[in-house]
Amino acid sequence: MKSGSNFEKILKAGHFAFTGELGPPRGANIQVIKEKAAPLKGNVDMVNITDNQTAMVRMSSWAAAMFVMQEGLEPNYQMVCRDRNRLAMQSDILGAYAHGLRNILCLSGDHQQFGDHPQAKGVFDIDSIQLVATIKKMRDEGKFLGGADIDEPPKMFIGAAANPFADPFEWRIHRLAKKVEAGADFIQTQCVFNMKKMREWIKMANDMGLTEKVYILPGVTPMKSIGMAKYMKSKVPGMDVPDEIIKRLQGVDKKKVADEGINIACEQIEEFKTMKGVAGVHLMAIEWEHKVPEIAERAKVLPRPQV
Amino acid sequence: MVKAKRKPIEEIKEAIAGYKNILNVGCGGCVSVCLAGGQREVNELNAVLKLHMSKDNVQKSIDGYTVERQCNVKFLDELDPMATKYDCIISMACGAGVQNMAERFPGIPVFPLVNTVSIGIDRNLGMYEEKCRACGHCVLGYTGGICPVTRCSKGLFNGPCGGTNNGNCEISNEVPCAWYDIYNRLKAQNRLDDILKVQPPMEWQNQTPRTIIQEPYENRYRA
Repeated sequence: MKSGSNFEKILKAGHFAFTGELGPPRGANIQVIKEKAAPLKGNVDMVNITDNQTAMVRMSSWAAAMFVMQEGLEPNYQMVCRDRNRLAMQSDILGAYAHGLRNILCLSGDHQQFGDHPQAKGVFDIDSIQLVATIKKMRDEGKFLGGADIDEPPKMFIGAAANPFADPFEWRIHRLAKKVEAGADFIQTQCVFNMKKMREWIKMANDMGLTEKVYILPGVTPMKSIGMAKYMKSKVPGMDVPDEIIKRLQGVDKKKVADEGINIACEQIEEFKTMKGVAGVHLMAIEWEHKVPEIAERAKVLPRPQV
Repeated sequence: MVKAKRKPIEEIKEAIAGYKNILNVGCGGCVSVCLAGGQREVNELNAVLKLHMSKDNVQKSIDGYTVERQCNVKFLDELDPMATKYDCIISMACGAGVQNMAERFPGIPVFPLVNTVSIGIDRNLGMYEEKCRACGHCVLGYTGGICPVTRCSKGLFNGPCGGTNNGNCEISNEVPCAWYDIYNRLKAQNRLDDILKVQPPMEWQNQTPRTIIQEPYENRYRA
């Protein structure tokens, strides 16, 4: 065991993992976290706690993760390279580990221009791949990036993201390989809507032997509305929403659109369950946490295994 | 070369509001090349300021003078006979030139007239693209001659990130993705091996004020 986290144990035991996501509040309101956490409890193996997502100021991910842990869920502490330099990153990781956090996801972070402080100075001291390597060095060598010994190294289960749909497509598998080489234990992907491309990407990962070295969890996001699908297609960089998805949502009764969105997500999850090289799915029910129990039920991923 | 853009007229007017006798000094170096602060721009700006003053009913005298370069102190010597006649100097040079001017005439307030923007190239007449951030640790050798520090919005060393959008950066459809371009150039040159390995964290060389001494002169200054 690298970290001994629940998530790691589930993957190691060969179970199909099911993870969720929770965005911290825009304020110090703990009640919001509790309300979002409640429907996730018992329905997912781990909850990603986003880090100032879309470059909007929110409660820090480690602090929100602590509250989520108190609610009986295992957090996945997300960390972006946009907001802190290598000193702050390493010290936050030490603190997070000391408080009991065991999973971490390393991300570049959305550019600050997207958020509510567009003229902020982006840090980007190290990039996400270098952050993966840094945490691995801290864990496995017991050394800081600068080389000094760590008194009680943080044993984190290290995650990274992948977007198989951003161009150039043929480079994406090499970027995954770099993340694996840097030390990623698991990968959570960008929301998958284009299954054809996803199959192709996973096949390449299998062919290159990457899926033997890293657990891959494709991201699944149920569409709540036609507007959301159109927005994601046209406005979210690196997102690949095929026209078939939009047509399918348009093809059902207005009141059934969200239900159809869940149907699509469940069909994806079914396919991923049997896809070679896929270790689970990461459900990103964006501002739709209360729907997670229903989605988990319909995707037949319950009950979650106890390990 | 250094690229600069003139400050908004309102900001300039505010800077000089408390002064009567003003000397506007242009620079014949980079800011002249990029049409921001050479002799022509000194004359143009002074004409504009005079128009504003007559409109605002303000009495000021603004003279103009352009030196060859403001980043070398010997070119500032020629200002000696006139400098003390002025309440303040406004400089159209880059940030380096302005500081050199302020250091050369420490008793006279010096105000910048341009924002120094980048080290860049001339893309077209009056159009300049940033190419270098003077990070002090050039990596262009393995990035196909495309700078990730300058041209990648996140300054990534192991790009491209997941935000690449039809060859453009996630921040705008008008900003090309540096790593998309790096990938394509290296692929065409059959050099993708250069970016297949994980690049370790940058050892930033620009976090303290830097003075360089070229090798042949090391003995002269370090003896």
